[in-house]
Amino acid sequence: MIVNSIGHFAASPSPALLAFVIAPLAHLRALDIAVIAIYFGMVIWIGFYLKGRSNTGEEFFMAGREMTAWIAGLSFVSANLGSLELMGWAGSAYQYGILATHWYWIGAIPAMLFLGLVMMPFYYVSKTHSVPGYLNLRYGPAASRVAAISFAAEMILMSGVNMFAMAVVMKVVLGWDITFSILVSSVAVAVYVGLGGLRSAIFNEVLQFVLIWGGALLVPILGLYQAGGVNGLKTQIIHNMKSMGSGVSSDSYFHLWRDTGHFASNPMGVHWAGIVLGLGFVISFGYWTTDFLVVQRVLAAHNLRAARMAPIIGSFFKMAVPFIVILPGLLGLVLLQNPDGSRRQLVGEDVVAACAPGSIGVPLDDAACSGAMQKTNLPADYQMKVLKGAPDAELHSYNQALPLMMVRYLGPGLLGLGITALIAGFMSGMAGNVSAFSTVWTYDIYRPMIKKNGSDSHYVLVGRLSILIGVAVSIGAAYLVMHAHGIMDYVQALFSIFVAPLLATILFGMFWKRATKLAGFLGLLLGIVFSASLFMWVKLVPAALANVALSPDAKPMAENVFRALWAFLFSALIVVVVSLLTKPRPVAELDGLVYGATILPKEDPVPFYKNVWLWAMLAVCIFATLNILFW
Amino acid sequence: MHGSGIPIWFFIGVLLAVYGAMILGYGVYEWHTGSYPPLVELTNLHTPVWWGGLLAALGAFYVVKFRPGRAK
Repeated sequence: MIVNSIGHFAASPSPALLAFVIAPLAHLRALDIAVIAIYFGMVIWIGFYLKGRSNTGEEFFMAGREMTAWIAGLSFVSANLGSLELMGWAGSAYQYGILATHWYWIGAIPAMLFLGLVMMPFYYVSKTHSVPGYLNLRYGPAASRVAAISFAAEMILMSGVNMFAMAVVMKVVLGWDITFSILVSSVAVAVYVGLGGLRSAIFNEVLQFVLIWGGALLVPILGLYQAGGVNGLKTQIIHNMKSMGSGVSSDSYFHLWRDTGHFASNPMGVHWAGIVLGLGFVISFGYWTTDFLVVQRVLAAHNLRAARMAPIIGSFFKMAVPFIVILPGLLGLVLLQNPDGSRRQLVGEDVVAACAPGSIGVPLDDAACSGAMQKTNLPADYQMKVLKGAPDAELHSYNQALPLMMVRYLGPGLLGLGITALIAGFMSGMAGNVSAFSTVWTYDIYRPMIKKNGSDSHYVLVGRLSILIGVAVSIGAAYLVMHAHGIMDYVQALFSIFVAPLLATILFGMFWKRATKLAGFLGLLLGIVFSASLFMWVKLVPAALANVALSPDAKPMAENVFRALWAFLFSALIVVVVSLLTKPRPVAELDGLVYGATILPKEDPVPFYKNVWLWAMLAVCIFATLNILFW
Repeated sequence: MHGSGIPIWFFIGVLLAVYGAMILGYGVYEWHTGSYPPLVELTNLHTPVWWGGLLAALGAFYVVKFRPGRAK
């Protein structure tokens, strides 16, 4: 399973696939290799160029706090736009239709606007260097250390898991050796982040954002052209759904909200309450407003106005991303073809692994393959061809929807650009992990707990070394996952376990003067324990999903959003009860930290077209229009 | 980017211009020789030519507009 940065679970490259010899989806030519090599050369060059501008702690960890709103905004969005996310959500769109768009719209836009308009002033005015740093100022060291240690561990382990998952993708798509992919990408990231710090990471995230659009935008354009436009696409999907005898309404793939009144009425098995409260509030606000990986980008802005404008600028781009992610998945439903010309149906990773032919010394297990295929809608004659090992009977997983669409339309050069976009997405995600890890490790763990009075240059050195060590540990985690596959699910669940308690703790800390130090610490710690317990409950007793998500028809996607909702409510309850039983801090100590106790700096007057509220309102209008349009 | 130094947009411009030129060059070669890659759809649209040209033009614009030393 892949869990992306906002807690979405999608079928992912299965480690089991590594046991098989698989023909790669694409073959790169010299021109493609040159495109990829130039990208690597460019990022290394940027790292060396920026080394001279990353000498102080403020420069290395906070990019000198001199990013414009545009740079910070693009970096803010790009840090979340990893290649595994692109492929996972294209695969989800293939499975669930435009319901997957919820993770881009309601699962992001309200939270991004809230961060810019309401929360950013407190992060920025407190001059904190990190989210655990804010917790330290608000609740004291105990809560800060729980957040810092859990975040640092999450970052480094997630980096390793993503590294491994991406190496598997490169093996499946291009046939590249796993170790080659891991080492080349890690060394490149270690060099450019280790040299240039956060500034280098931000530069490359903006670069990656442009490359993703340059490399992936052609797929929906050419796909729509071939499908006969939007109407042609809808007509063909509805026809295909009817022929497959899908359990849900044949046009459910095109509705965001209409069929979410009951779990069984939509392809994703979710309920609108879970989408609105669990995803739209807890998971989304938790990720976009408290996850230091993304908040760090905005903290690097050169003034408060830029810091407030950055997430608002990012929201416009975020709303556009489904065009290059969701649309290719939908187009794959009607355009992908098998070698024999029939319509290609993608399946889950488990089915691909069960039926992968040509394993070394291991014959195809007919019973396992047949059993796995019976869970799919594959035609009976095609299933027979797979069982007979016919050379033109290929099975591909949902996650391969985007690479398959790329291979379909992109020739030499353009394919290299598309693959470069995927590699860039992976590397910038890893750079985001290690740069955030480095800051939290140095400022929130090493400085308060190991060496309190070091010089600025000492902490920069520690930061650089922690990047190298972080990358090395990530490589170790990648190989650990490769040899102990069961660990992967647990590591990937870390984000979803931490996010809800952290959100509750920060929201109460920022908007309730009465919240006390002990309440913050206990709310966070016990919330994490509660959230982890819910996760383990469903893991050990799958039937418990019906209890967590409140319906026997709920699917795994619903568990994630409801678990987050319960964990948030539990943490909030702890914070409120403990606060009422303990003595609050004097209001004078909360200046710059809490709403109602802070006099925010007056911003210089700007022309109306630079007003953050104007742009936020425009974003709200577009967001509302899109939801009504695709109701 | 704010402050001194080479702006990020210049790096982006260089990369887009180089990629655009490479893809455009290949597209022209492909169109001229008629040797289209097998299994790739819609080659009749000559995508590398117009997409490569678009990337090159965009890249060149950014290189010129954000070149180092250009007065603001």
